[in-house]
Amino acid sequence: MTPDEILRALYDETLVGNGPRVLELTHEALGMEMEPQSLLFDALIPSLEEVGARFERGDFFVPEMLIAGKAMAGAMEVLRPLLADTGVETIGKFLMGTVKGDVHDIGKNLVNIMLEGAGFEVIDLGVQVAPEKFVSAIEEHQPDIVGMSAFLTTTMPMFKANINALEKAGLRNDVIVMVGGAPVTQEYADAVGADGYAADASATVKRAKDLLHQRRSPVPA
Amino acid sequence: MSAESVHFETRIRSAHQEVVIGRGHRFCLIGERINPTGRRIFQEQLRAGDLSAIDRDVAAQVTGGADVLDVNMGVPLTDEADLLAKAIVKIQSLTDKPICIDSSVVEALEAGLSVYQGRALVNSITAEDERMEQILPLVKKYDAAVIALPNDVDEIPMEPEKRLALVQKIVDVATKEYGIAMHDIVIDPLAMPIGADTASGVATFETMRRIRDEFGLNMTCGASNVSFGMPERHALNGTWLPMAMMMGLTSAIMDARTPEIVNAVKAADLFLGHDDWGMEWIGRARAAKAAADAAADSGAQGATTGA
Repeated sequence: MTPDEILRALYDETLVGNGPRVLELTHEALGMEMEPQSLLFDALIPSLEEVGARFERGDFFVPEMLIAGKAMAGAMEVLRPLLADTGVETIGKFLMGTVKGDVHDIGKNLVNIMLEGAGFEVIDLGVQVAPEKFVSAIEEHQPDIVGMSAFLTTTMPMFKANINALEKAGLRNDVIVMVGGAPVTQEYADAVGADGYAADASATVKRAKDLLHQRRSPVPA
Repeated sequence: MSAESVHFETRIRSAHQEVVIGRGHRFCLIGERINPTGRRIFQEQLRAGDLSAIDRDVAAQVTGGADVLDVNMGVPLTDEADLLAKAIVKIQSLTDKPICIDSSVVEALEAGLSVYQGRALVNSITAEDERMEQILPLVKKYDAAVIALPNDVDEIPMEPEKRLALVQKIVDVATKEYGIAMHDIVIDPLAMPIGADTASGVATFETMRRIRDEFGLNMTCGASNVSFGMPERHALNGTWLPMAMMMGLTSAIMDARTPEIVNAVKAADLFLGHDDWGMEWIGRARAAKAAADAAADSGAQGATTGA
């Protein structure tokens, strides 16, 4: 296969969630001394973007998102250390977790896939993440954005508890806080003092990019 | 406990009507729609104290075939206890169907139970100690039945073995510490979306079979959850329910407005021997035909008048 054919195949096999084939192609490409960042930016990320677009249009369904995300994650395990060596920067670091009291994670996992597909580094703390765990993970990983997910009207108040914990730890101004989940609204996000809210996975990616852009833009004098 | 020897009957009531959940009885259809989650306009109305939309939801669920009505008033940034109590009083003035009081806020459950006339079903507790300590005394005090989910602080376990262990814990705590009868415990075996994990379907069926055979407890669950994220959801829900009924599911919280799904349940009831001589099935078919004929008549009349 030529490098172009490999990139094309990597894109196609990621799109259909063929994990084993994606891994093979990744190794084959590296054996040919193709650049890791080319595999990421010219095949994997565009493929996941297409998966997200199809999901948003209603052409793709949850299982298809999940297997495409798994296929990409398999390739990323191989590529991540190589990318770190070459000093390639991700577009941002996103720390994610379902709040304490809540064990729902399907929506959060879909958001993770879309974020990774958009080039974010995602650190997933899983479910039942207590405020002190958010605080210690922020100290450890120093993310640009913290995402908090809640599926229940009763666990939504944990957003506020988490934000209070960040304030108490003096970390509130170091991170952008985004909140989401089935019952969450923009109004509620505003009420708890979050920086951003998005209704679904692809909206989360757009909002995350916008918020990062705002944060990184020099403040006009 | 030997298989097939014990099966409990859960009795819930409004002021005038009793519904029995149990093996050998018609499947108990709990209408799920009286719930503002994900309905922005309804939420705004409720926040403004306007409960009028409830009338339509109650009528639609009852007409569709709901035996019991699940009532949830979880509107963020409101006094859920007050709202739930008002909704229950209103619904009891509209229908004789018993109510399943649905909230994760303890104060709201108590407010709902305190105004409810009859014997309610409380939705829900989990195997978490705190939830049981807070809610089971209310279940006892108000003589209600309770839905219990076998998950704890750490996880929703996938393995039937772990879920069974949590069912055992719930049963021990509820019966020994709070004096709640076995027949008043209804287990939600946690049907997960098949689109998120293909193995979850069989795991749930196995969990149900064992809860039926080893505990004899009644079961209910949120039936539409199984098809989340998949196309043709009604077909999936309508296939899953009869399969689950074979495994011991005796009730489900579902949208009674979808004839495709309700018909699947009613057909399964007939084949499982819960519908003597198919009278329920025939009656529903006859009512549907009469409604269709009446609609066609008024349509024809309208056309004549219009011409």
